Amino acid sequence: MRTWRFGDNIDTDAIIPGRYLVHYDPKVLASHAFEGTRADFAKGAQEGDMIVAGKNFGCGSSREHAPIALRGAGITVIIAESFARIFYRNAVNVGLLPLVCPEAGLIPDGAVITVDLGKHVIEWEGQRLAIEPVPEFLREIIHSGGLVAYARDKKEVKTCTGSRR
Amino acid sequence: MAPVDGAMIHDITGPLAIRNFFEMGGTKVFDPRKVILLFDHQVPADSIAAAENQVFMREFADHQGIHNYDIREGICHQVVMERGLAAPGEIIVGADSHTCMYGAAGTFATGIGSTDMGFVLKFGALYFRVPDTTRLEVSGKFPWRVGPKDLILSLLRDIGADGATYQAVEFTGETFSSMDMNGRMTCCNMAVEMGAKAGMVPPDDITYNYLKGRRDMPRMALESDPDAEFRDERTYDVSDLSPQVALPHNVDLAVDVDEVVGTALDQVFIGSCTNGRFEDLAEVAEVLGTGTFNEATRVIIIPASRDEYLKALRAGLIEKFVTAGALVEAPCCGPCMGGAFGILAPGEVSLSTSNRNFRGRQGSTEASVYLCSPATAAASAMHGEITDPREV
Repeated sequence: MRTWRFGDNIDTDAIIPGRYLVHYDPKVLASHAFEGTRADFAKGAQEGDMIVAGKNFGCGSSREHAPIALRGAGITVIIAESFARIFYRNAVNVGLLPLVCPEAGLIPDGAVITVDLGKHVIEWEGQRLAIEPVPEFLREIIHSGGLVAYARDKKEVKTCTGSRR
Repeated sequence: MAPVDGAMIHDITGPLAIRNFFEMGGTKVFDPRKVILLFDHQVPADSIAAAENQVFMREFADHQGIHNYDIREGICHQVVMERGLAAPGEIIVGADSHTCMYGAAGTFATGIGSTDMGFVLKFGALYFRVPDTTRLEVSGKFPWRVGPKDLILSLLRDIGADGATYQAVEFTGETFSSMDMNGRMTCCNMAVEMGAKAGMVPPDDITYNYLKGRRDMPRMALESDPDAEFRDERTYDVSDLSPQVALPHNVDLAVDVDEVVGTALDQVFIGSCTNGRFEDLAEVAEVLGTGTFNEATRVIIIPASRDEYLKALRAGLIEKFVTAGALVEAPCCGPCMGGAFGILAPGEVSLSTSNRNFRGRQGSTEASVYLCSPATAAASAMHGEITDPREV
């Protein structure tokens, strides 16, 4: 249970290159995660590990293969200064917990982190950083195990729209 | 939750969306007429796995009564636009990040992942966070051989790759109100590269003239309220803009072309949903004149759709490109995604009119991709190195 540290603007082409998008098996995708950019990740990542990153993590393509590859590699939580929009949604939808931590840059590679969603903090070796609260609706999806599990038993959803002139 | 007016899936993200739809207990899609299904990333199928994915989607389309454009029509976003499938005031989601291109038609359009799309296929609705708006007001007339792609690359440099995360970007001002639909599509297409959820141009005569014959609908007023609050408001003037080139390996690293003139090129790619339309190809032909492409550089030209291909064919552009030494391929995403063909070896350098230059995007992680306009790509392809189109 360790963290893997990455920098700013980690794009989805880096997380999983385009040539592997014909695959869907999380384990197969995980075996190519960060191929060509961080060689030790695919072999070394274990169940329960976390990723720590700078700003705009997951920018680029809408490929859900990216969070699936990370989940397949065992990652359960990603802590970043900020996330790209589509990746953030995709992560929640596949049951990965994305946490926005403006001071994520202080977390060293390899740190063993505990997350307290109730108090909105993360901790390691006596250090403590604030994280942005995760909206209740998104926590509900993550607790269900992802959007598929959340949606399985629903027959319809309630919609609302603003006025369209 | 908001209902959607259209949902687009293609060969890369579609199979996973369909699997998610079934896993969510879906049996019939919410409305087969509102699902847009086609193949553009790996066409014709370039591997057995890609072929199997396409068979899976064909069978799904058949069973669900969804019209299947298959591999015939070209790149998803171009097809949606030219078929009039996106219109002012609509909400359209696509399982592809460049779905925001339909903002050129005044559509609120945004890219989503495959699980979100599975949910949409089942319920016809999706959960959304209402975005704040960033307003970019652009004035001035483009100098000779400078255009919308140069503008959007310079806006990206100013705002940054995450400067508009989760926001709706409104492109306004006299430069946009006089810009043709091609240019508006180029700019809206790349709104996602600044992190935006949507990029929109207020619909006007140009929009409705484009929609005429593609989609009959009453005209609606669609613009920001006079007292609207914006997260960020910025103004720009293009009168002195130089051709822009985005350096490897990020979209927001644009510089004036003169800073990189002389960079040797192994490959030039002209195409993609960003810059593969007839107007883009006509610009390439205009710069090319009676010249030829440099033999040391591989030049790959791919029209964005069958319609655009036919227009270029009838105008004599295809013959001109092939005669000049280019490889002209059938409409598809091509080298833009680095999955199908035109893949770069380690150490190779490519100049591309597409929308992303991430490390490894077009092949090896040790290759370099520069982004530019069709005019700059044409001038550079003629000389085998990055070249200022104003000096050709």
